[in-house]
Amino acid sequence: MIVLRHELRQGRTALMIWTAIIVLMLGLCILIYPEMAKQMGELSSAFADMGGFSAAFGMDKINFGEFTGFFGVECGNILGLGGAFFAAFLGSSALAKEEKEYTAEFLFTHPISRSKVVLQKLAAIFVQVMLLNAAAVGATALAVLLIGESPEIKPMTQMFLSYGIMQLETAAVCFGISAFLKGSGAGIGLGLAALFYFFNIAANLTENARFLKYITPFGYTDSADIIVNGSIPTGYLAAGLVFTAAGIAAAFLRYGRKDIAS
Amino acid sequence: MEAIRTVSLTKYYGKSRGITDINLTVPEGDFFGFIGPNGAGKSTTIRTLLGLLTPTGGTADIFGRDIRGKREEVLADIGYMPSEACFYPNERVGGIIRYSAGLRGRDCAKEAAQLCERLALDTKKKIRELSLGNRKKVSIVCALQHNPRLCILDEPTSGLDPLMQREFYAILEERNAKGATIFLSSHVLSEIQRYCRHAAVIRGGRLLVCDAIDKLGDMYAKNVTLGGVSAPPALDGVRNVTTEGDTVRFLYSGEAAALLQALAGMTVTDVTITEPDLEEIIMHYYKEEGK
Repeated sequence: MIVLRHELRQGRTALMIWTAIIVLMLGLCILIYPEMAKQMGELSSAFADMGGFSAAFGMDKINFGEFTGFFGVECGNILGLGGAFFAAFLGSSALAKEEKEYTAEFLFTHPISRSKVVLQKLAAIFVQVMLLNAAAVGATALAVLLIGESPEIKPMTQMFLSYGIMQLETAAVCFGISAFLKGSGAGIGLGLAALFYFFNIAANLTENARFLKYITPFGYTDSADIIVNGSIPTGYLAAGLVFTAAGIAAAFLRYGRKDIAS
Repeated sequence: MEAIRTVSLTKYYGKSRGITDINLTVPEGDFFGFIGPNGAGKSTTIRTLLGLLTPTGGTADIFGRDIRGKREEVLADIGYMPSEACFYPNERVGGIIRYSAGLRGRDCAKEAAQLCERLALDTKKKIRELSLGNRKKVSIVCALQHNPRLCILDEPTSGLDPLMQREFYAILEERNAKGATIFLSSHVLSEIQRYCRHAAVIRGGRLLVCDAIDKLGDMYAKNVTLGGVSAPPALDGVRNVTTEGDTVRFLYSGEAAALLQALAGMTVTDVTITEPDLEEIIMHYYKEEGK
C-alpha cells in the first residue's frame, strides 16, 4: 500500500486542480440550464435539424429541451472529455514519470516486486479517477437542487457510470502503452484521448465509420443512445472492457521485464 | 560465502555493447573497488546485479541467491547508492528517507537520525532545494539506514566535499568492521587505494584484472615531470620516458625516497609529481592482456 499512498500524495495537487476545473464548469453548465430552457422552445427542433452537426453530438436523437438531454449533450462532454484527458494524463505518466525523472533507479532497487508497484500505481489511478467522478456527481446533485430540476435517476446514473468506465479504460490503455515508452508518455496519452473523442464524432457522422465505436471508449458514453435505449450500449462496452484488460495486462507483462536504464 | 559472484555476465543493449563476459567474485566482508573510466560498464554491471537490467547472458548471485529468481530477497540485503541522486522533487528529505524504509517494510528512524546527524543533513528541506552534495547525502542515508549486508555504491563521493567524503568513508569502514561487504565503483584511484582491499578494473565492457590492491602494482605509480634536465634519473621503476625540450616526463613506480634522493642531486628547475590518470593504469593491463 505504500506506493499507492505515495502516488496519491504526489498526485493530490493535480487531482485538486483538475477536479476544481471540471466541477466548476459542470456546475456552471447546469446552472445556465433554466435560462437556456426558456429560449429552447423553438431552438430545440433547430438543434435537432442541423444534419451532420446534430448527429455528431447525438442531438438528433434526444430532446435538447429536457434536462437529461441537455445534460447528456452539454454537461456530459465536460466530464467526459475533461475526465478522459485527466485519466490519460494519469495513465500515461504513472510509470513513465519514474524513468523520466530518474527516480526509477531509487524505487526499483528496493525489495518490492515490479508487479506490486504496477498494481499499486494502477490502484492509485483508479482511486483518483473515482474521486474526480464522485466530486462531479456531488456537484451535479447540488446544482440540480439549486435550479429545482428533478431529472430521471436511471439515465443520469447510467451516464455517470459510462463516463467513469470510459475514463478507466482510457487510463488503462495509456498505462499499457506507457510501459513500452522510455520517456514521458503524457503527450501520447493526451493525443490518444483526443483521438478517441474524434473517433466517436466520426462514428456518429457516417455509417461507414460506425465500427470506430468499438475502438473508442466514447462509443458507449453517447448520451443519445443511453437516454433513448435506456441502457449503456453493451457491444461497445464489452469491447471497451477488453481494451481495458489488454492495457492492464500489457503493463504487467512489459514492465515486469523492462530494462530500467536511467 | 561470496557476497557477489558473476559468471560470464553479459549485457547488450540491442546490438550495442554493455558488458561482456564479466567474471567477478567478491567475498563477504570485503571492501572492494570497481575501477574504470566513464562508459567502461561499471554502472551497467551494477544495474544488472540489482535487477534493473536483465542480463543477456551469464548468471549473477548475491549471497548465493540468483538475482533473477529471488530479486526481492536479494534487494532486501542490499543498500544501493546510485551515481545520480534523483528523488521526487516535491518531497521533503525526511519523507524520502521514510518512504525508502517503508518500501523495505521497516522502521529505520533511529539509524536514519544518526546518519543525518553525522552527515549534517537537514531533513525538513525539500529535495528540489538541495545541492548535488546534499542529494548525495540523502542517497547515503537511504542506502545505509537498514544496515544492509552488502552496500553497492556507484561513484559515491562525486559532489561531496572533502570533509563529508572523510565522514562517509568513516561510516563505511565502521560498517565493514561490523561485517558488511562494501562494493564501490569509482574513477578516483586514490580513494580505491586508500580504502579498498581488493579491486577490479573494467574497460570497454570487459574485466581486465581482479586482485588484491597491493598486487595491482601500477596503482601506486606516479607521473613525474622534471624541468631543466634532459634525462630522467637512473632508477629502477622509471618507464614511459618522453622528452620535450628541457622537460622530461616519465612514469615512476619505485620507492618515493629513492626518487627524492636522486632529484636532490639533479639541477631541476621544476618538479611535478601527479597521480597517473586512470587511462594510463588501465592501458597497462590492456596491453598485457593483448600480449
